[in-house]
Amino acid sequence: MSWINDNLGLIWEQLREHIYLSIVPVILGLLISVPLGYVAVRFNWLANPLIAFGGVLYSLPSIALFIVIPAILGTQVLSTVNIIIALTIYTVSLLIRNVIDGLRSVPADVRQSAVAVGYSPLHRLIAVDLPIAVPVIFAGLRVVTVANISMVSIGAVIGIGGLGELFTLGFQKDFLTPVVVGVVLSLLLALAADVVLVTSQRLLTPWARITATPVEVA
Amino acid sequence: MWDYLTDAYNWSGNEGIWTRILQHLWYTFAALGISAVIALPIGLRIGHTRRGAFLAINLGNAARALPSLGLLMLAVLITDQIGFVPVLIALVALGVPPILASTYAGLSGVDPATIDAARGMGMTGREILTKVEIPIAMPLIISGLRSAALQIVSTATIAALVALGGLGRYVVDGLKLRDFPQMFTGALLVALLAIGIDALFALIGRFAVSDGLKVD
Repeated sequence: MSWINDNLGLIWEQLREHIYLSIVPVILGLLISVPLGYVAVRFNWLANPLIAFGGVLYSLPSIALFIVIPAILGTQVLSTVNIIIALTIYTVSLLIRNVIDGLRSVPADVRQSAVAVGYSPLHRLIAVDLPIAVPVIFAGLRVVTVANISMVSIGAVIGIGGLGELFTLGFQKDFLTPVVVGVVLSLLLALAADVVLVTSQRLLTPWARITATPVEVA
Repeated sequence: MWDYLTDAYNWSGNEGIWTRILQHLWYTFAALGISAVIALPIGLRIGHTRRGAFLAINLGNAARALPSLGLLMLAVLITDQIGFVPVLIALVALGVPPILASTYAGLSGVDPATIDAARGMGMTGREILTKVEIPIAMPLIISGLRSAALQIVSTATIAALVALGGLGRYVVDGLKLRDFPQMFTGALLVALLAIGIDALFALIGRFAVSDGLKVD
């Protein structure tokens, strides 16, 4: 316990780095997947190859990606950029399937009505297609966010890992407390992120709540 | 990286690439085997009796949030030893949840009408399990084993942190020596191994899945 008190500054620092390293890729990944998914749905032949390619990318070990990225992009090996890029790749490779499935779940008559009322393609995407796709996209976001949070720790092997650095610290000093603190905070962070996502999904889809409650018939 | 890979000296011997690959595969399949021995019976039991489903679903979700590196360090510090045992504990802890969750999901996805029909034909509970439920659930059971194997093969890399061999040695040693070509070699080989294992399970899926399920 006294270790925790003495090292609150360090723990706080690593927690902040952990949040930064795991959440930024989710946001970047979402910003990339949505237009990519939109294009894939417009040009249908692109969709299946994209999903399959995503599956292969997602099976690559994270530690491998953390190290191979600097070799390909010429970034510094021990830079946080590599972690961000690697996790963004994972996010896109998993999310692309959900974006495509979500956009495909828009009923044809809804789409035609939107066009008939005079929506431009971009306006329709933002105001009609995406809101309908929200549940499917958020299902993917929840999986990928939790996975990112647990994957960041692996970065500690190459010296950048947020809470993961508490694991290597505990190992080097043969001392259990930092490891337990790291695991618990990592789990709590995943839980908190999931709660945030579930809440924002509810706020983004108010109609889901209305239809979910049985209608009283007088 | 290319120089490292094409230097024959690096391939042979006790610390050569072949040895490292074999060690890596040994950790992976030992952990996968133990995970399957633990998770399959439990998953089949929960799926067959439909009791304890809550456990199967939530365990699968919670396990995704577990940081594998933290798990390994916990195992090292709690067992108070470094080497094979804590690595195996950490890898099995990663392997059990996906196998358990998808085995349960496979069995619970079997149409109740099919089970009723089997019972109506006079099959016993055990026969229903082995001749109806398991074959129908096979694609999902294999996909659970596949994701467990992929998790384990990439995590086995960190075994090198606690003084074991495997391909992680190149990453860990390379990092210490600032020998980046060596690190890239290790990373690339782990990625290739993962792709190979993925292909292996796709192949197993093709043979193990009953022909009756392949008809659309």
